[in-house]
Amino acid sequence: MHIVDRRLNPGSKSLENRQRFLRRAKALVQGAVKKSSQDRDIKDVLEGGEISIPLDGMNEPRFRREGGTRDMVLPGNKKFVEGDMLPRSGEGRGKASDPGEGDSEDAFRFVLSRDEFVDLFLDDLELPDLAKRKLAQAEGEGIRRAGYATSGSPANISVGRTVRLAMARRVALRRPRPEQIAELEEEAAHADEGRRAELMAEIDALKAKIRRIPFIDPIDIRYRRFETTPKPVAQAVMFCLMDVSGSMTEHMKDLAKRFYMLLYVFLKRRYRHVEIVFIRHTDRAEEVDEDTFFHGPASGGTLVSSALQAMHDIVRSRFRPADWNIYAAQASDGDNSSSDGEVAARLLTEMILPVSQFFAYLEVGESGGHTFDLSDSSLWSLYQRLRAEGAPLSMRKVSDRSEIFPVFHELFHRRGKQERAAP
Amino acid sequence: MSETTERLFEGADWDFRTLQRVHDACEEIARSELGLDVYPNQIEVITAEQMLDAYSSVGMPLFYKHWSFGKHFAHQEASYRKGFMGLAYEIVINSSPCISYLMEENTATMQTLVIAHAAFGHNHFFKNNYLFKQWTDAEGILDYLDFAKGYVAQCEERHGRLAVEQTLDAAHALMSHGIDRYPGKKKLDLRVEEKRAGERRQHEESAFNDLWRTVPTGPVKSQASLNTEMRRKLLGLPQENLLYFLEKAAPRLKPWQRELLRIVRHIAQYFYPQSQTKVMNEGTATYVHYRIMNRLHEQGRITDGNFLEFLSSHTNVVFQPDFDDRRFSGFNPYALGFAMMQDIERIVTDPDAEDREWFPEIAGKGDAMAVLRDIWANYRDESFISQFLSPRLMRHMRMFHLHDNPEITEGIKVDAIHDERGFRRIRRELSKQYDVGFIDPNIEVVDVDLAGDRRLMLRHTVVKGQRLNEADARRVLQHLADLWSYDVSLVEVDASDNVLKEYILNPRGMAAAA
Repeated sequence: MHIVDRRLNPGSKSLENRQRFLRRAKALVQGAVKKSSQDRDIKDVLEGGEISIPLDGMNEPRFRREGGTRDMVLPGNKKFVEGDMLPRSGEGRGKASDPGEGDSEDAFRFVLSRDEFVDLFLDDLELPDLAKRKLAQAEGEGIRRAGYATSGSPANISVGRTVRLAMARRVALRRPRPEQIAELEEEAAHADEGRRAELMAEIDALKAKIRRIPFIDPIDIRYRRFETTPKPVAQAVMFCLMDVSGSMTEHMKDLAKRFYMLLYVFLKRRYRHVEIVFIRHTDRAEEVDEDTFFHGPASGGTLVSSALQAMHDIVRSRFRPADWNIYAAQASDGDNSSSDGEVAARLLTEMILPVSQFFAYLEVGESGGHTFDLSDSSLWSLYQRLRAEGAPLSMRKVSDRSEIFPVFHELFHRRGKQERAAP
Repeated sequence: MSETTERLFEGADWDFRTLQRVHDACEEIARSELGLDVYPNQIEVITAEQMLDAYSSVGMPLFYKHWSFGKHFAHQEASYRKGFMGLAYEIVINSSPCISYLMEENTATMQTLVIAHAAFGHNHFFKNNYLFKQWTDAEGILDYLDFAKGYVAQCEERHGRLAVEQTLDAAHALMSHGIDRYPGKKKLDLRVEEKRAGERRQHEESAFNDLWRTVPTGPVKSQASLNTEMRRKLLGLPQENLLYFLEKAAPRLKPWQRELLRIVRHIAQYFYPQSQTKVMNEGTATYVHYRIMNRLHEQGRITDGNFLEFLSSHTNVVFQPDFDDRRFSGFNPYALGFAMMQDIERIVTDPDAEDREWFPEIAGKGDAMAVLRDIWANYRDESFISQFLSPRLMRHMRMFHLHDNPEITEGIKVDAIHDERGFRRIRRELSKQYDVGFIDPNIEVVDVDLAGDRRLMLRHTVVKGQRLNEADARRVLQHLADLWSYDVSLVEVDASDNVLKEYILNPRGMAAAA
């Protein structure tokens, strides 16, 4: 008997099958992921979780029968005697042959891991117009195979190549093969005296030759060579500008934070070289860290230009537009003090938009969306005007939680080649 | 005897030396007392995660890749994580050496139970039952699966994943109809044939009567019907093994597609005996582990505490809920099998008058193991139940037979209960429930329209009014049409040849394969 300990074998033998299944069910799973992400907290989205998809298209059909006369033998009879008639329970049983029955199959439920979930969730999103690429100085990563070398670390010996070269050398130098010697020895064993001496001499000569020509010579040895290659890295910075003034209700702040949370997850997940700058503003703007941005309380009046000015300052001091792809997403309820409009417009058109790849504006409203029935907010009409003048602005309105993802999706949807601005 | 009273282990912990000791102790009992004849054992210790992996590839240690296994895995993982489903203590593979997977979480007692159950009970059954001998090749299966896995991967590389997936999807849909139910023709032996021809001639001579010549024969067969007969003979029709038929006769399949169908067919065939012997296989293994564990306890090799632990899980395994219990989901093969094995042991060693009347062959023969070994070797579930289900056991389990005819509006009829008049009917009906002839719908290829549009014609013989589920039948036939690459029709006919329904499907284009 053998005992084999398989516990140390690489697990997840089913991983590939699972991936095949997910790939096949991708459209369905993606739909389910988006649907399930609408009614959960954005933070929980990161945790993955159970989803259910309709079985259609994923089923494995077999010939199976239904209806007709059925006979069954069951255990545990308590009071029946032969000839009893048992009423059919409900309707389910008698109508087994109903054509509608096939559709009532349960949905297929399973658990997605965190990575699978987020990947599917963000699958078709990207930062638009990520055009400026440059070679990052410090980051010389990326190792590439680069042929063979005659020196190297023993761990990198290329056995196949070495043996091949050794064989070529042995053939070229006509190294005698052991079989050849064995053959001669065999012959010598049966040969007569004179012939044997002759054979022995020959064998000795061959053996000497074998010793002279080694099986593997140091000159045969080859090592796999690796090269590090610098990789072009696109650097990007995302500015998150959030209005936290008194006019923003809790609901609006919640919407804005959800949007940024989503943005944050998306960027962290998909891009390794993205800096995120959080700016919140009332009538003064300040750069804050991520924790304060999402959780810190603040209140006050509204001056949008303060945030734009802050962004401009930061760009000038830290992010050279020549090297960086600059993005900004602004969320606000649209209120702005009337005197500030022109200042904001000038800052935006002259300083910010020329250096940005993309500027998104998200206007948050009360739930129910009444506010949108009224005239447009001051900021909205200002941006509308700028857009009409040709500024690269994207604008969306959101008044309900469930709209966040669709809007986000629209803003960052992967665009076709021709739609993308030429680099 | 001081050696035998030495404990195999103390407490719940075990290591590989413990497993070795346990195996040797079980082997001694299995061979000398029970007279079992087993393949060499290979015991593999695995984790729960690996057990889940094994579940999704039908318990085999290696298998080709296909999305449907991933689907099962996702589903099983979800229900396992939520605690809906426990994992089996073991999986055993019909191969030589016989591989048993043991979970690392099991306690020492459980490992002993599992070794006795799988490595000796199942193993003996695999090696000796006639179905397994006839249909499976224990030595070759792992190599074959290895080949299959490699071949499928190679096809994916060469012909594209999509094309391979479509072919496998179609083959899987037809898997239940890819089985040879009868052993193929044996190679003719010239001497035997000559002898038989001689005997036949002698019989004809001795029974010659000139009167036979004057008996009128049937009407002369027309040319058309002769043609049909000829064609059907050439194509080997009617053919119930749909995958075999497609592999041999589908006009436009590529050689690699035929090979894939063959692989799926071989694997279906490998599992064919298992589906026919669930009750016997589990009954045998449970009976064997029960005997071995009891013996180990008698010898003092396991403590009373460990023995109680064994009894508790044994009782769980052979628990049979009543039909009106919420936990009921049909007969538990472990319970039914074990009860029958024990019943047979009783009949052989200590029969009463009823047993002598019902089982004159075995009642009171004395050597229970000899009788059981013979049964294990020569029966399958259907024949086993119809021969050996005793009235006493039917009474004990309080079996009854229900007859549900939708045309009787008053309800479902209780047709037989465990009384003198009902025993034989119950036994017949229960054995039918395990008869593969009734479990799978009877579908055959009957003809191909070779002169016309090459339509493939199938026929489902409807038994007891049980028709095919329409949605699924359409999907399966669609797969069939894709493989056949011309139209496919299926008619459902009842016993008196009335056509109840006809399906016709056209092939979709398969992914272009290079």
